[in-house]
Amino acid sequence: MSIDNNMVDKKVILRFTSELVEQPIVYQLVKEFNLVPNIIRAEVSPEKKGYLLLGLSGTEANYRRALICLQQQGLQVQSLVEQVSWDEHLCTQCGLCTGVCPSGALYLERPSLEVRFEGEKCVVCNMCIEACPAHAMRLDV
Amino acid sequence: MSKKSYEEINAKIKQGKAVVVTAEEVIDIAREEGLKSAAAKVDVVTTGTFGMMCSSGAFLNFWHTKPKMRMQQVWLNNVPAYAGIAAVDAYIGATELMEGDPANTRHPGHFRYGGGHVIEDLIAGKELQLRATSYGTDCYPLKKLEKTLTIDDLRDAFIMSPRNSYQNYNVGVNCADKTVYTYMGLLKPNMGNINYSTAGQLSPLLNDPYFRTIGVGTRIFLGGGIGFVCGPGTQHDHSGQRTTGGLPMGGAGTLAVTGDMKKMNSRYIRGVSMLGYGVSLMVGIGVPIPILDEDMLEFTCVTDADILSPVCDYGIKYPTGEPPELGYVTVAELKSGEVNFAGKCIPTAPLSSYPMAKEIATALKRWVSEGSFLLSRPAVLLPTVEGYERGE
Repeated sequence: MSIDNNMVDKKVILRFTSELVEQPIVYQLVKEFNLVPNIIRAEVSPEKKGYLLLGLSGTEANYRRALICLQQQGLQVQSLVEQVSWDEHLCTQCGLCTGVCPSGALYLERPSLEVRFEGEKCVVCNMCIEACPAHAMRLDV
Repeated sequence: MSKKSYEEINAKIKQGKAVVVTAEEVIDIAREEGLKSAAAKVDVVTTGTFGMMCSSGAFLNFWHTKPKMRMQQVWLNNVPAYAGIAAVDAYIGATELMEGDPANTRHPGHFRYGGGHVIEDLIAGKELQLRATSYGTDCYPLKKLEKTLTIDDLRDAFIMSPRNSYQNYNVGVNCADKTVYTYMGLLKPNMGNINYSTAGQLSPLLNDPYFRTIGVGTRIFLGGGIGFVCGPGTQHDHSGQRTTGGLPMGGAGTLAVTGDMKKMNSRYIRGVSMLGYGVSLMVGIGVPIPILDEDMLEFTCVTDADILSPVCDYGIKYPTGEPPELGYVTVAELKSGEVNFAGKCIPTAPLSSYPMAKEIATALKRWVSEGSFLLSRPAVLLPTVEGYERGE
């Protein structure tokens, strides 16, 4: 079996402009590249710019071809090799980060009001890294 | 009404027989047993708060050098400390920026390190770079000093903070149409989010709203060690509006506090960076409340639902100095994660750590229960509402 037929399961962020917002991108990924998309989060701003956080599984060859095709259409593709991590020991449990996190990856458990971080929901927007008073959020590359 | 004196309570603490509960546990006890029975049973209620308290700082004494020096300018890890005190004394303030910090030249600035971090690093036992300069005198000839030191190399290091532990506090919201970066955190335009900063029902001064037991000399938990109340903090205000239950509906009371840094724990005192604002210090404070009578027990039964905090506009009004209050919400609503305000459902986030406040109240409860922490009768109580009879 060639390496290209290896199965992969990756996460990518697709950022698109207002011209691309009407395109059936997810359909294309299924139909042309036989990938299984899992939409983790999507957001379109009032100016019709937006992003899509996708889990993609399929063969490595198809995954690579799909990314090239998306880029050729003008989408900005960011594969999630960058990850935000939470240093529990530095965290003061204040909870301020939960007010800036757009994806719900950082949230407060209730009623204990303890900070929780679910990495798989993170869209690597880096807002928490900027906002955390105790420098407990870090970008790992 | 049955009464207890400080002496009676301390005698029980020494014998390990005092009934000590946190400011949250007492609520349930009173609900189950009634005020009268709970007041007879409980001796001490412990409170806790862990939040950003800008008006904090520390006095440091570096020992005399050889040859001697009258330090005129002092830096620790490149953060200036005020040295206009005596030969080798300096005061490091929590919000002091590192020399050369770009601050907000590229807005919002990041403020990675400053006075608050120096205080945390000293307490954590880390090595710091001391730099001092002087003009030189006949008695103090040395003009320049550079050395690495830890807190163990200091003769004295004590926190002396002019204003900590606000009784109640503003709730931050932004009515402008652009994001603002404030000491209340990042506030999104058009009331997009709400940030609040209070320990609510665990808050020290909300459990003794008329300061019947807190004043000069009150022994407290400070930064993981033992500290004392010096007196009312700067901006202490006892005259503001109160709820029918007697709780102030704004900042109100504050504490000036002191304590030996050498006995503190950096888990409970942390340097922080606020995006676009600056550096500060998160301080852990716990105050024990003696249950002198039934009234005192009733005060400590305050719940989050009773506390009203003023929602303030930090986008337009606060910066200009106009009255920023838009209305009031309860701490219970704030803690729920969203509040309905001005016809909008607004998500909330805290700046003050509830889990840490609880941990501090619980730690103080353990200290008092174990007999290692006695209650002190204040030499002078904090100023209170005019005409309020405290039974002193």
